[in-house]
Amino acid sequence: MVRIKLAWWKILTIILLYYTVVGGLLLPVPKLHILNETIRMNYFHVPMWFSMIFLFTYSVWSSFKYLKTQDIKYDDNAIESVKVAFVFGGLGLVTGMLWGNATWGTFWTSDPKLNNTAIGLLIYSAYFILRSSLEDETQRGRLAAVYNIFSYTVFIPLIYILPRMTDSLHPGNGNNPTFRLFDTSHNMKLVVYTAIIAFIMLGWWLFTLLLRLRVLKKYQNETF
Amino acid sequence: MILTLIKKEINLEIRRKTVISGLLVYLVSTVFISYIAFGFKVVEPISWSALFWITLLFTTVNTVAKSFIGEKKGKDIYFYSIVSPEAIIVSKICYNFLLCGILSFAGFAFFVLFLSNPINDAFLFCITILLSALGFASSLTLLSGIAAKASNSTILMAVLSFPVIISILLLSIKITKNCIDGLDRSASYDELTILTAINCLSIAFSYLLFPYIWRS
Repeated sequence: MVRIKLAWWKILTIILLYYTVVGGLLLPVPKLHILNETIRMNYFHVPMWFSMIFLFTYSVWSSFKYLKTQDIKYDDNAIESVKVAFVFGGLGLVTGMLWGNATWGTFWTSDPKLNNTAIGLLIYSAYFILRSSLEDETQRGRLAAVYNIFSYTVFIPLIYILPRMTDSLHPGNGNNPTFRLFDTSHNMKLVVYTAIIAFIMLGWWLFTLLLRLRVLKKYQNETF
Repeated sequence: MILTLIKKEINLEIRRKTVISGLLVYLVSTVFISYIAFGFKVVEPISWSALFWITLLFTTVNTVAKSFIGEKKGKDIYFYSIVSPEAIIVSKICYNFLLCGILSFAGFAFFVLFLSNPINDAFLFCITILLSALGFASSLTLLSGIAAKASNSTILMAVLSFPVIISILLLSIKITKNCIDGLDRSASYDELTILTAINCLSIAFSYLLFPYIWRS
C-alpha cells in the first residue's frame, strides 16, 4: 500500500477548515434582530467569493503567461483554476440564496448583486463553451486566454462596481451594515479571517488535484 | 494606414449594399413586430426602453458579427502580410462604431415613428446611444474575431457576446430611465463616467489582445 504524505499546507488547510466549521457553528455570535443565527452563514458565504476571485485572478495571470510564452502548461493552469473558481462562485450563490430565504423571505430577488453575479457566471460558462468548440490545442489556448482576460475586465466592474451604484438589499450596499474591518465583533472576525484563508487554500488544493488529473490524462492519451 | 483600412471597409460596404440594407430591414421589421405585438398602442415608457435596447442589442450583434465571420480565408493571409494587427483592429472598431451609431440612430427614429417618444432629455439620450454604440463596437469586434476561428461561429458569437455586453446594457438602460423620467443631468454623471471607463477598458484590451488572435 502506498502511504501518501500530505504537504504541510494541506494539513494546515484541514486544521483551519476544522476550526472554521466548529467555530463557525458553535462560537458565540452577536444576537441581532431578524438575522439571529443566520449570521453564521457569513462564515461560509464570504470566503466563497474571496476564493473565487483569487482563482479567477490566478487564471487571468496564467492566461497572460500563456500568451507571453506559448507554454501549454499555463493554459492548463488557466482552465483548471477557472473550473474551481466557477464551483466556488456557484456555492457562493447557493449559500447567499439560503441566507436570503431565511432573512428576506425569498431565494431570489431583483437585487443587482445577485443578478450581476449570475451574469458573471454566465460569462464563464461561455468560456467553457468556447473551449469545447475549438479543436486545435494551441489555437484553443490562445483564444481562450484572450477571452479569459477580456471577460475578467468585464466581470470585475459587473460584480464590484455596478452593484455599489444602486440601492441594494445586500449587506454592504445601500447603507446596510456588513462585515467591515472594525465593527464586527472580535470572535466573528477571527472565524471569518480563518475561513477566508482556509477556503482559499482549499480552492488551491482542489486546483492542484484537477491539474494533476489533467496532466495525467494527457500523458495517458500520448502513451496509448 | 488605419484611415485607408476604414476607407476600404466603407467602400466595400457601399459597393455591396446588401449587408447594410439587410440590417436596416432587419431593424425595421423588429421595430414593427414590437409595434404589432403591443397591439398598435402607445407603449409604456418602461417597455419602450426594454424593447429599444433589446432591438439594438440584436441588431448590433448581427452587425458586428459579420466583421470577421464573413471574411474569406485568403483575405486574412493577404492582410496579415501587409498591415499590422493593431491597425486592423482599430480600423474595424472605428468602422463598426460608425455602423452601430448609424443603425442605433435609425432605430431611435423608427421607435419614435412607430412607438411614440417618451424621452424627455434627447441630448443626453443621444450621448448614451453614441457611448453604447462605441462600447458594443469595441467589445464585439474582438469577440467576433474569436468566434470566427471556431467552427460553429454564429452560435458562439451570441454565447460569447451577450453576457459580456450586459454591463454596458445595464448602464444604458439606467440612463434611459433617467432620460424618460426627465431627471436632472447630474443624476446620470456616474453612469456616464463608468460607461466611458468600460469603453476605454474594452478598447485598450482589444488593442492589446487582438495580435494574439490574429496570429493563429
